[in-house]
Amino acid sequence: MTIDANGMHYTPLNKMIRQAVASGVREIVINNVLGQRFIANGLRSNVRITINGVPGGDLGMFMSGPECIVRGDSEHAPGNTMDNGTIVIHGSAGDAVAHSMRGGRVFVRGDIGYRGGIHMKEYDQKRPVLAVGGTTHAFLGEYMAGGIIIVLGMGHEVAVKDRGIGSGIHGGEIILRGDIQDRLLGVGARKVTFTDGDLKRLSPLITEFCERIEVDPAPFLDTNYTRIIPASSRPFAGKYTWE
Amino acid sequence: MSLGSVPLKYKISIDRDQCMKCMRCVDNCSYGVYRIEDDRILIDSRRCTACHRCISMCPRDAISLQEKPVDYRSHPLWTAQAREDIINQARTGKIILAGMGNAMDYPIIFDRLVLDACQVTNPSIDPLREPMELRTYLGKKPAKLEFTKSDKGDIELKTELAPNLKLDTPIMIGHMSYGAISLNAQLSLAKAVAKTGTFMGTGEGGMHESLYPYQNNMIVQVASGRFGVDINYLERGAAIEIKIGQGAKPGIGGHLPGEKVCSDVSCTRMIPLGSDAISPAPHHDIYSIEDLAQLVRSLKEATEWKKPIFVKIAAVHNVAAIAAGIARSSADAVVIDGFRGGTGAAPKVFRDNVGIPIEAAIAAVDQKLNDQGIRNEVSVIASGGIRSSADLAKSIALGADAVYIGTASLIALGCRVCGNCYRGLCPWGIATQQPDLVNRIDTDVGSQHVANLIHSWTLELSELMGAAGINSIESLRGNREKLRGYMLDESMLKVLNVDPVGA
Repeated sequence: MTIDANGMHYTPLNKMIRQAVASGVREIVINNVLGQRFIANGLRSNVRITINGVPGGDLGMFMSGPECIVRGDSEHAPGNTMDNGTIVIHGSAGDAVAHSMRGGRVFVRGDIGYRGGIHMKEYDQKRPVLAVGGTTHAFLGEYMAGGIIIVLGMGHEVAVKDRGIGSGIHGGEIILRGDIQDRLLGVGARKVTFTDGDLKRLSPLITEFCERIEVDPAPFLDTNYTRIIPASSRPFAGKYTWE
Repeated sequence: MSLGSVPLKYKISIDRDQCMKCMRCVDNCSYGVYRIEDDRILIDSRRCTACHRCISMCPRDAISLQEKPVDYRSHPLWTAQAREDIINQARTGKIILAGMGNAMDYPIIFDRLVLDACQVTNPSIDPLREPMELRTYLGKKPAKLEFTKSDKGDIELKTELAPNLKLDTPIMIGHMSYGAISLNAQLSLAKAVAKTGTFMGTGEGGMHESLYPYQNNMIVQVASGRFGVDINYLERGAAIEIKIGQGAKPGIGGHLPGEKVCSDVSCTRMIPLGSDAISPAPHHDIYSIEDLAQLVRSLKEATEWKKPIFVKIAAVHNVAAIAAGIARSSADAVVIDGFRGGTGAAPKVFRDNVGIPIEAAIAAVDQKLNDQGIRNEVSVIASGGIRSSADLAKSIALGADAVYIGTASLIALGCRVCGNCYRGLCPWGIATQQPDLVNRIDTDVGSQHVANLIHSWTLELSELMGAAGINSIESLRGNREKLRGYMLDESMLKVLNVDPVGA
């Protein structure tokens, strides 16, 4: 099914998507998307939605299952509080990408803004992934409580050069291509060596990400990464006393 | 160098002539005040929190409790509390956390407001005889109604109405999460609101599956940690509330310590067992009023515009302007939580010093929304220190549509406001996850007590309205003419838009 979103408001657009999904459609192409927010919000299905254009904020928020492929850039917070499914963005994305995501995957070929993967969390079988081909701004993985963030730094000298990486992190891991300066780490984040074991564990994910963003994975399958993990699972345990 | 101990907070004594050694005090005290040695009940008063569990269970009234049994040199500035906080911080170097609401002795505006009654010139109404309309609808009201007329002459409403919550009484129970309180406490509250035709909040902790039967009476909360939030949870709620702030701790986030995250709490919040549940201070996808509008609309879009969306803020200095911003965000109701709002744990310096009283906040918000001609765009829900039907009636007369009660509903379950919620040992089974303590609440009995409380206040509200010659809650709302200020200064009267007594 193909939808022409030219000049269309997000509510009727989402209604059309819902109706199509309810009637059994499993492949939707939306053309001429220009800033429509909330595409596929709260949608439960295994539908594949190809978005040609630039979707607005909160793409796939609360989404549980669908796959959204964006042929273009994306506004703020794609994958916000997402539960399950995949978002692949073949351009760059704004701030708070994968904010509070509990499950599923967000793959961005280009760069992302501030607070990427902030407060991502994992639970039970759910382990969210945010993978970025380019670079990110400050506060990557802040308050992170679970899941994996990978940044490859393609087209940049270093994967991340902004501060506050993993500040308040108390779960999950952040994998950054190359070495990262210690001063960029946030409070509660700890840098550890990326081992052969890590490579073995993460190779399938790195390969899948590269394939999805149409990049050759071979140059990225080595141990030239920095792994950032929580210094403690209780970052604020020592801050308080009782009355 | 040792700072030594500070004096006992409470002293417990047992009248040995009255005591029959039934040991109920020993069994009931979860703080370990009592123990048995050589057939004698020994007392460790230092462990006492004044929760009154032992006193309420003693069949002979043999136990007495004295507060502050040891005097300090009295001083108006250097109170015992001030001295003891300094000693605590000199020892630890940490932020002091405390339970329950604001414990400072600020004047209570509610107690300086009096209600009106009819005499001679207009008759009062007897609620026994006349219908009293307390039904309250929360949500957007249309600015005007448009109708169409069919060929047959039938009139049909053309205006599309926004979804509203229908309450049989303007009393709801505020958001207290599973984790902060026990499942049995939540279940008791849920059964009570279902019985009385009103609503309760889930708090930020998801909805446990045993609450699903009551989901039509539950408002689900989305806070900055997004714990337990997925599309199923959003669809279950009768309404969705975005929590921006809380009266007990405006401007800061929440923090459920890992030791309280048991397996059931972990499933409901959707976080790993034993991990800290950290709610950041702001929502990191809301950095502006425009971002708030985006979250409100995102929640509406996800639930197909079928649910009212509330936005809860703490009452702070610019509450009126903030509420006016919220009214323009497509939100359906704004919840204002005053500085006396309760909490399981909050930094004491915030609990006691940040925010403004709910009375002033309601009046300021109602006035601002009216001035801007957008009062119909949002309902106003007031919370934070509502103790009685009088506080309820005064809140509505100041401009609220409904209130949330929190502490009052817990007192109906046994809470004695001891303020030790954060210790997880609540002997009343409310603020604890310890199964033996949680089982002290029988949810059928508990829910009846809470329902009785709501019913009593509803009856009293009808009587107060009848006496004032009002037969509909709509006519009381924002009706400042029914209030007079007693011993309030002129500037306060101006904020409240209320005349002084005698005027």
